[in-house]
Amino acid sequence: MSNAAEALRAVVLAGGLAFERDVSMRSGRRVSAALRHAGLDVEVLDADARLLPAMAEHPCDAVFIALHGASGEDGALRSVLELAGIPYVGSSSTASRLAWDKPGAKARMAAAGIATPDWVALPHSTYRELGAGAVLDLVLSRLGLPLMLKPAQGGSALGAVKVVTVQELPEAMIGAFAYADTVLIEQFISGAEIAVSVVDRLDGPSALPAVEIVPQSGVFDYAARYTPGMTEYFTPARLEKAVASRAAEVALTVHQTLELSGLSRTDAIVAQDGEVYFLEVNVSPGMTDTSMLPMSVSAAGLDLGAVLADLLRAAAFRADRPGLAAPVGG
Amino acid sequence: MHNVRAAGRPYTCRVSGTRLDPYSDRYAARTHGMTASEIRALFAVVSRPEVVSLAGGMPAVTALPLDAVGSMIGDLVSGHGAATLQYGSGQGDPRLRERICDVMALEGIGVGDDAAASPDNVVVTVGSQQGLDLVTRVFCDPGDIVLAEAPSYVGALGVFQASQAEVRHVDMDADGLIPEALRQALVTLRAEGRRAKFLYTVPNFHNPAGVTLPVERREQILALAEEFDLLIVEDNPYGLLGFDREPLPALRSRSAERVIYLGSFSKTFSPGLRVGWVYAPVAVREKLVLASEAQILCPPSLTQYAVARYLDTQPWEQQIKVFCELYRERRDATLDSLTALMPDGVCWTKPDGGFYVWLQLPKGLDAKVMQPRAIAARVAYVPGVGFYADGSGQRFLRLSYCYPEPNRIREGVRRLGGVIESELELRETFGGIDPATLHGADTGSRKGSGSPAIRSAAVNPRAAGNTPGADAR
Repeated sequence: MSNAAEALRAVVLAGGLAFERDVSMRSGRRVSAALRHAGLDVEVLDADARLLPAMAEHPCDAVFIALHGASGEDGALRSVLELAGIPYVGSSSTASRLAWDKPGAKARMAAAGIATPDWVALPHSTYRELGAGAVLDLVLSRLGLPLMLKPAQGGSALGAVKVVTVQELPEAMIGAFAYADTVLIEQFISGAEIAVSVVDRLDGPSALPAVEIVPQSGVFDYAARYTPGMTEYFTPARLEKAVASRAAEVALTVHQTLELSGLSRTDAIVAQDGEVYFLEVNVSPGMTDTSMLPMSVSAAGLDLGAVLADLLRAAAFRADRPGLAAPVGG
Repeated sequence: MHNVRAAGRPYTCRVSGTRLDPYSDRYAARTHGMTASEIRALFAVVSRPEVVSLAGGMPAVTALPLDAVGSMIGDLVSGHGAATLQYGSGQGDPRLRERICDVMALEGIGVGDDAAASPDNVVVTVGSQQGLDLVTRVFCDPGDIVLAEAPSYVGALGVFQASQAEVRHVDMDADGLIPEALRQALVTLRAEGRRAKFLYTVPNFHNPAGVTLPVERREQILALAEEFDLLIVEDNPYGLLGFDREPLPALRSRSAERVIYLGSFSKTFSPGLRVGWVYAPVAVREKLVLASEAQILCPPSLTQYAVARYLDTQPWEQQIKVFCELYRERRDATLDSLTALMPDGVCWTKPDGGFYVWLQLPKGLDAKVMQPRAIAARVAYVPGVGFYADGSGQRFLRLSYCYPEPNRIREGVRRLGGVIESELELRETFGGIDPATLHGADTGSRKGSGSPAIRSAAVNPRAAGNTPGADAR
């Protein structure tokens, strides 16, 4: 790690008011510990009414956003940081807004030639106005069964459910609409579930080893994500070399097509025929003890604290010298 | 084409993964089910000031004379540190046990004909939760049966689950536990050749139902205990918090041998001190003391001294009246708001003491499924399903009025009303769908999902009948 990085004063934002507050708190603790271990001066702040006065009173060199869900990932908080001229790690408010909306991101990736499960995303009002039975009948005739239902925004699989029979569908719709006003219905693709993280320390985006996810229950739901022992992770994923390269290529395409910065994690399915299907991308990937980006960093032989410190240093450097690239430490 | 490259060292060829838990083959069977939960995650936002929390049963401790309590505790350390910072008796401080008998006397224990009441039979515990855990450890082996009200205190169900006891629920109504339902449960057990290790009951201002067992029913239940040789565990943290009348006689005051009594200072003084007690027959007391010593050696000395000093030097009975007035005002704000703001089809209990209102949603709604919408609307409650060991209770939720100010309660109920309206709209949209008419229905049917999709059909009909005396609109 460089001397410049040691001098950095970083603020880690964790908590927030989104459904994933608990996950965010855990991410924030892990990130702050890693950064302190890397020698940075770190303060952890919640995204509440005390945030801006606190940051005005004690300015920092750069912010690491460990907020998950709305505000942290939908671009809103990033817009405020941009207004305040506070450098931060990660994607801009505009890019985050695009990535946050799962149907919008899928459409962009499909247009870029990346495979993604066929889908439809509709608000509750459409079902109410046109008749839910008629609309779902069309959806089923187009997408068939099984299906994946997800809130159009959000993470940690909250509100996401696999639908195998039509009998399950109405209740699954109600459950998903509890988390968002629009629900994404996707064709379910059977295959290996993988997560590919991308980091960019201003030397260009690099894909880290993919993590293959094998939940004990068969479903990578909230419990499977955050209960050690309920999911087996393979890092790198057990993929043939060509498929692993394709997965990395997909993650880099996502990162660059959506104009993401700093770090991202693309979730995908590798079908039986080796095709890599884009599912969604996270601009504020989880950093908990069971999260995939830290696993990928470790599998790549890197130190999490050093990588995050580099990202912070790059963010601070970029703010000081717009248009210039920062040297990579570590 | 993008430049595809891997960061760091070349990939290794590992064939085995990691579950992130190297101890997974060592855990006790009782840990099964201890997993991360979406409900618990959603509660993480409850501490934020933007959220009106009608969820946690947190006493209004700021109504205490905090300066007096502070100087009292300071003096206990500076003036009596040799005792208050030292180990103590496994059974608990003798002076505190004497004062606990004074407190129990307010509900008829140790007065009149009850000559058995004695500080010797009091075991001080770390909150009554530890007391219940000790009682369950002493009586229950895995697979043993415990009878408990439907619904029942979630913390008690956790204790029973940890002991791998089997909970059988007994119906309640607006007057608490139904004696005839208890008789039926006991008859059924007898027919099976089994018996319950004990009945767990919260007779006063029930958590979560808010209802109270009348004197006549207490007598009927004690008579059933005699008839069926039933032991009763009476959990009574709220008995002194009645709004409109004097405390009812505790079950323990009518039966020295059939009832083990759990008491607590968490609601009448401070939950942060974690001081409760068990009042038990002498034979049971001996085992409880040994079990407690094995668990914690002794209850904390400082907090025991603090409670004893509080009872000795502060007007604690007057303070309970202060609490009652405060909670009455908040109860009124809750019930008035519910009456004004709840949609048709919602009904709720009308507590005359304690902390809780038990609310039943319109048919088809599920309080757990609705919870994210409520959190998004910045109001929190506890879904009813947690208060049942059998997974029922979907239509119910618990509201706690003890902590928020009345204006916040009104705002919280207003938000909750909007959430229920939205959920009703959603149910109206999707609830009327006949899955058999949808594309692919045949395939689905062949896959054997014979159960209806809408969870309303899964609501326990017994639970749905819990509140015949509830206020309804």
